[in-house]
Amino acid sequence: MLRSLLPALSLALVVIAIAWLNPRAISYFGFTLMLNLAIPIALATIAQMFVIAGNELDLSIGTFVGFVGCVTATWLKDAPLLGVIILVGAIGVYALLGALIHLRNLPSIVVTLGMSFVWQGLAILVLPKPGGKAPDWLLSLMAFKPPYIPFPIIAALVIAAVVHFGLMRTSYGVILRGSGGNPAALRRAGWSLLRTKITLFALTGLFGVLSGMALIGITTSADANIGNGYTLLAIAGVILGGGEFVGGRVSPIGAVLGALTLALAASPLLTFMHIPPDWQVAANGAILIIVLAARVLISRRER
Amino acid sequence: MTLLRTLTAKPWIWSFLGALLVWLATIAFTGGYGGGGMVTAALSLAVFTVIVGVGQMFVITLGPGNVDLSLPANIGLASAVAMKVMGGSDSMIVVGLLAAIACGAAIGAVNYLLIWALRIPPIIATLSASFIIQSIDISYGRGLQIKPPPGFASFTNWQILGIPVLAILTVLFTIGAAIALQRMIYGRSVLAIGQNIRAAWLAGVNVGRIRFLTYTLSGALGGIDGALLAGYFRGANVDIGNEYLLASIAVVVIGGTSVAGGKANVPGVWGAALFLVLLLTMLNTFGVSAGVRLLLTGLIIVGVITVAGGEKALR
Repeated sequence: MLRSLLPALSLALVVIAIAWLNPRAISYFGFTLMLNLAIPIALATIAQMFVIAGNELDLSIGTFVGFVGCVTATWLKDAPLLGVIILVGAIGVYALLGALIHLRNLPSIVVTLGMSFVWQGLAILVLPKPGGKAPDWLLSLMAFKPPYIPFPIIAALVIAAVVHFGLMRTSYGVILRGSGGNPAALRRAGWSLLRTKITLFALTGLFGVLSGMALIGITTSADANIGNGYTLLAIAGVILGGGEFVGGRVSPIGAVLGALTLALAASPLLTFMHIPPDWQVAANGAILIIVLAARVLISRRER
Repeated sequence: MTLLRTLTAKPWIWSFLGALLVWLATIAFTGGYGGGGMVTAALSLAVFTVIVGVGQMFVITLGPGNVDLSLPANIGLASAVAMKVMGGSDSMIVVGLLAAIACGAAIGAVNYLLIWALRIPPIIATLSASFIIQSIDISYGRGLQIKPPPGFASFTNWQILGIPVLAILTVLFTIGAAIALQRMIYGRSVLAIGQNIRAAWLAGVNVGRIRFLTYTLSGALGGIDGALLAGYFRGANVDIGNEYLLASIAVVVIGGTSVAGGKANVPGVWGAALFLVLLLTMLNTFGVSAGVRLLLTGLIIVGVITVAGGEKALR
């Protein structure tokens, strides 16, 4: 029980620390600013969560987000139809990868590591120099200022709710998670593991596309390397959110909370603590280790 | 005929064939010009991939889920440590190398400590460790513009009859690694753990100690690689190890080591490393842009894995 509260507790701790260091940050504008990049990070984390639910790992999601960003800032603005076709095609590539990994029984780490070069190469070809511009509708969507509650928080709630419903409450969601939990049992029950793997990878692609678009909506222009850090952030977010590496045990709500924790801890908290930005990456690693250590302590006590 | 059959049965032969094919394609393009120099250059560069590749191979052989993702950060930090300790003076070369190895071995030991104490998959342990190492490196190596000692720089570039001395030493090292793997208790234990960790434990293999040694070994090899890279490229750099994450895993898999663990192949690491380096040389010779080069590298790696793979998944 305590264990399932851990993601929320870690987020609360980080928010309390920020409130204590700088009370003025706890306001509508404070959160809007601090959680600026939380939406793309949360979407990338959800993307990673789908492959992890199927006992795989995607080491290319970061460069994929970068590629989507480059397409968003160029073709999606100048030739929307072509842009949409390319992005849908990219999701199709993800689905094909899922099929390939399943049919040839390949290690997803190596395949996606190779794919990370493919996406980066494509991103450079699409946008050789940093630049481009986000489509206007995307800019105005990401700059949306709802009353009372900052947009990133509403977006996080919506993402968590939608994915939670789809993966945890629908019957096919159970099958998808089961394909990571007990593939042999599912196969004997007559479900196609090929189809579940394709679905999981396509969902990863879909949320990767959403993440890249959201990122460009915030940064307004793109760069081929813009998403590189997201691969590791996304894995860390899933694990922080209570996800396990094997057995299809993931939590969409936890993953979004994990992403918010990382988004807040990585830069605003460190800035308020006057820690130089050099240590941002280390903060992510340290949080990961502390939360995992807490998890070990809790499961020992509950046993 | 029998010889041919024995050869094609070896899993490592394909990586060497691939390397040969790429080399021939490049010479065909240049009209035979620069073929020898290309081999020399490929040998000098492949050395760095082979050293970390062997470490990664031992780790991957431990079984599903075992992989060292901290190598790039490790290489970066060790390169900075080596250059700082050497301080540009020839008399400190050995001390600097030892410092780099110690730094790498410590990272490997911490990796295993995290795996053991937190009971987390090695991927997450080495990943979180690499976050922290990266920051230490950025902070420690900031503005570090120390050149390697002249003796060390020329040692890493030293050639005899067009063969880099470093490559000869690395061949000797890989022969040692092959003996350790196939003929020594340590290597047999690694293979046994990879085949069936429980059976190995029941058979009296000290599983914890062997895994600890393997992660420490991988770390130490990353450390020495960082020092050598800094010597070869005339200085330390935070990003110096970045390409070795993909490279170290790719050479292990392309070289015929099973990603499911329990089956390793040392010569294949050499073949695959030469293949990757020559592939880059070929794409550079063809004059393709950076984007196309990355794209083709990725596609070829996925293609080779698809053809060579087909065993149980890594995780």
